[in-house]
Amino acid sequence: MPRGHHDLGGTERDSGPIERGEHQLEDWEILADAVNQALGAVGVKRTDELRRAREEMDSELYRSLSYYERWIASMEAILIEKKILTREEIDRKVGEFEKKWGEP
Amino acid sequence: MSDAHDKADAHDHPRHELGHYARRIYAIRDLLLEKKILTPQDIQEQIDYQEQRSPANGARIVARAWSDPAFKARLIADPKAACAEMGIDATSLNEFVVLENTEKVRHIVVCTLCSCYPRPILGRPPDWYKSLNYRSRAVNDPRGVMREFGQDVGSDVEVRVHDSTADIRYLVLPLRPRGTEKMSEAQLAKLVTRDSMIGVVDALPASAARA
Amino acid sequence: MGRAVSAARFKPGDQVLVKMEDRPGHIRTPWYVRGKRGWIERIHGEFRNPESLAYGGDGLPRRPLYLVGFEQSQVWEKYDAAKDKLFIDIYEHWLEPTE
Repeated sequence: MPRGHHDLGGTERDSGPIERGEHQLEDWEILADAVNQALGAVGVKRTDELRRAREEMDSELYRSLSYYERWIASMEAILIEKKILTREEIDRKVGEFEKKWGEP
Repeated sequence: MSDAHDKADAHDHPRHELGHYARRIYAIRDLLLEKKILTPQDIQEQIDYQEQRSPANGARIVARAWSDPAFKARLIADPKAACAEMGIDATSLNEFVVLENTEKVRHIVVCTLCSCYPRPILGRPPDWYKSLNYRSRAVNDPRGVMREFGQDVGSDVEVRVHDSTADIRYLVLPLRPRGTEKMSEAQLAKLVTRDSMIGVVDALPASAARA
Repeated sequence: MGRAVSAARFKPGDQVLVKMEDRPGHIRTPWYVRGKRGWIERIHGEFRNPESLAYGGDGLPRRPLYLVGFEQSQVWEKYDAAKDKLFIDIYEHWLEPTE
């Protein structure tokens, strides 16, 4: 079994300087945080499940996404796994937004 | 600071400049509300909970611990109860441990596997804490990390790294700066930065409270 | 210091070896410490097993979780400051007794 892409202690690849800049959270990030916590509070998902979903992601995707993007990807994966939502209905809902904004 | 109340609103629709994942979360939110898996109140509660949490809470705890040895002892023995004394709700933490820095020992906290952090006390972690480089280097190069943050610890000081891999959350109790004996708790709290409670740096010097 | 757990296999001061296992699933014992020797610093108490929780299991029975201490010089090939230590929260089933 290769070492998980999340198991980063002492890794060579990530031994560079620490980027100190901090960003103000965007609305969608605050929402991701809140939806994640709320799903936990109502017992729909456990933190351990989301962590596991992030560990199961494609490694390069894991590394390229921002923190809340990873949360959203793993939340979607777990909600679909638990058959609470389907990918199709999420796609459809995104499509509805895009239609509203006049996007192709 | 933007109005947090709009974010949970079911009628709040995102703008077209949002990226792929941002669109997904708005879609997921709308679907969860439609299916009544969550209510707008469920989401708003979490937004409000998180907004109330910030390093200022931790700074108050540390300032009291510096000022009151009996409180410090209670804090180390039962951190959740000590927080409750100060009106800080740490009950959502499974387990909470306070790591006391001394002249001879400095602690530094990391979560190499994800980004576990004492959110109920300190609020959300900074971006750098969640970064791949911090998660990698805090364990095998803590002194290098501290130097990057401007903190040089001598060879006579022992550095202890805590990798929080389970449900325990760690808060560093920084060393009380010299020359602060006459300061009030409010003044002391000004010296306690978020980064000093993660452990990458010491608290600010006494002069910072007079500034 | 720490919790009194009646069924705990180890107590503070015991020397332990982290198992050199490599199995699939959601594992919270970091790679870099597997196969390393340390000591029990504290018993945190008993907690549900994350390896099961991650897959929708109930994580029961709870099992002891320890604060395990390591000399940094024994964890990394090259580590300069001789006094420095590393502490990790490790579940009992990942530990073996050692001299």
